[in-house]
Amino acid sequence: MEPQVTTQTPVDAQPDEIVAEDLIEEVSIDGMCGVY
Amino acid sequence: MDTLLGESWTLSPSVALRPEPFGALAYHFGNRKLTFLKRPELVAVVRALGSSPDVGAALATAGIPAAQYPAYCAALRGLAAADMIRPLAPAEAVA
Amino acid sequence: MTIAPERPTLPATATLIQQFELGLDAPICLTWELTYACNLECAHCLSSSGRRDPRELSTQQCEAVIDELQRMQVFYVNIGGGEPTIRPDFWHLVEYAVDHQVGVKFSTNGARITPERARFLAGTGYVDVQISLDGATAEVNDYVRGPGSFDMAITALANLRDAGFTDAKISVVCTRHNIGQLDDFKALADEYGATLRLTRLRPSGRGADVWDELHPLPEQQRVLYDWLMAHGDGVLTGDSFFHLAAFGESLPGLNLCGAGRVVCLIDPIGDVYACPFAIHDEFKAGNLLSDGGFQAVWQQSPLFAELRSPQTGGACSSCTFYDSCRGGCMAAKFFTGLPLDGPDPECVQGYGESLLAGKRSVPASSQDHSKAGPTRNQPVMLTLGKRPPAKDCAESPLAGFTP
Repeated sequence: MEPQVTTQTPVDAQPDEIVAEDLIEEVSIDGMCGVY
Repeated sequence: MDTLLGESWTLSPSVALRPEPFGALAYHFGNRKLTFLKRPELVAVVRALGSSPDVGAALATAGIPAAQYPAYCAALRGLAAADMIRPLAPAEAVA
Repeated sequence: MTIAPERPTLPATATLIQQFELGLDAPICLTWELTYACNLECAHCLSSSGRRDPRELSTQQCEAVIDELQRMQVFYVNIGGGEPTIRPDFWHLVEYAVDHQVGVKFSTNGARITPERARFLAGTGYVDVQISLDGATAEVNDYVRGPGSFDMAITALANLRDAGFTDAKISVVCTRHNIGQLDDFKALADEYGATLRLTRLRPSGRGADVWDELHPLPEQQRVLYDWLMAHGDGVLTGDSFFHLAAFGESLPGLNLCGAGRVVCLIDPIGDVYACPFAIHDEFKAGNLLSDGGFQAVWQQSPLFAELRSPQTGGACSSCTFYDSCRGGCMAAKFFTGLPLDGPDPECVQGYGESLLAGKRSVPASSQDHSKAGPTRNQPVMLTLGKRPPAKDCAESPLAGFTP
C-alpha cells in the first residue's frame, strides 16, 4: 500500500477566517463613560 | 487581485498612533475619529506603509499570510474611509 | 513605561471591551477640572463648585500636567470645573495644550464666550467648546442653573456661530423636567450649528441633594432610549446611558464604565479620581503633586489596579442583561447608598427601585466647594427643600451629621 502523504498547516498559523471587524473598530472619542 | 495591493499609502499626518498591549489606538486630530487597531500585525502593516513601495509589500514585511490579505485590505479601506491613512502621490511614493 | 506586568494577556479573540476593562497604559481622554470657582450655583453640580480652593494648581503646575499628558499621548482632555474660563490663565493653558499635541474640549456655562473670544476660538484648531444647558427654555433651564443662565448660554452659542466657529457642543443633563424637550434641544442645536449631547444625571456632588426630585422616572428612561434609537444619529451621549442597554439594543459607544480604565479626573488641586462623577475619598487614586506625577498615579494607584481587575457581577451576574449593562454606574450606586456589587438605582429592569425604597445609607460628601451663602445666581430649586447647611466654617465632612 502506498504511504499517505499529508501536509499540515503550521500549528502557530493564524486562522484564515478573519474579517476586517477582527482588525479595526471605530468608536467616537465621545464614546466612553466618565468624561464630562 | 485587490488593486489596493499595488497602491502606495501612508499614515495621515494628523494621526497619532499610540501602542497598546493588544495593538494600537489611532486618533485623528482633524476629524476626531478614534480607531482601534486590534492586532499588533495590523499596526506593523500601518507603520510599514509609508516606507514600502506598495500595500502588498507592507503586508509582506509584516508577515501577513496571503489568505488574510482580503481582511487586511478591507481593514485598510476602513482606515482610509476615516482618513487615518492616505494615498501617496506617485512622486512621493518610495521607488 | 508600562503598567504593572500583572496585566493578563488576553487571547486574540478577546473583545475590545474585555481589553479595556483591564485598563490602558494611559487614558484615552480625561476630564480636568481647572477650578472649583464658579459664577453659577447649579443645583445639581457634580463637583459641588462655587468657591475657589486656595490649593489650586498654579499655571506652572498645570503646564507640567500638560507636558505629562503629551508624553503619555493622551489624545484629548475635557477641561471643566467649576467654570474654567474664570481662571485668568485659562486661555493660555488651552493654547499650551494644543501646542503640545493634546486636544482640548472645554465645558463652560458661556460666561466668557464674548464675540472676541469666539473669534479667537474660531481661529484655533484642535479646540472644542461644550456649552452646558439643561432646558430648552429659560423656565426649565434656569430652575436648576439659576436666573439668566439660559440667556448666557444662548448668547455664547450665537457668538460662536456668528464668529464662524463650527460644531460647538450643547451638553444637556437629562432630568425629569427636560425629557419632554428632546426635540426642542435638537432644534436648538441645529439653529446654532451645534451638536447635541445628552448625558445622564448622576447623584454626585450637589446632585445627591436633588437627585430624588430630578432623576428621570422609569417611563421617561424608556422615552429617552426610544428617542435616541430613533433620532440619535449625530447626537452624542458620552456613553453615559450604557445602563439603558438592558432595554434591548446597545446605544453607540463602548458601553462600559470607563472609570480608572480609559478615563479619570484630575481635580483643581491635583487629586486624581476614577471619574468626575465620583469625587469622593472612596474613589480617590492619589494626588499628582505628592505621588510623583499623573503618570505614576494612573499606572500605579492601588485603586485603579482594583478597578482594572476582573469584576464579578455580584448580585447582577445572574441577570440575563448583565452582559449588556455591566451592572450600571458605580457612582450612581455609591451616592444613592446602594451596594456596588448590585443593581444601578435606575436599573431598567426595576431591580434598583426596591433597593431605593428600602433601608440605605447615603454617604456624607467628602468635600463641598459650594458658596457659603446664596447669591443672586442661586437657582430657584436650591431655595426649596434644601438640607440645612452645616456651619460655614466647618471643615469636617461629617459636620452636622448625626448617625
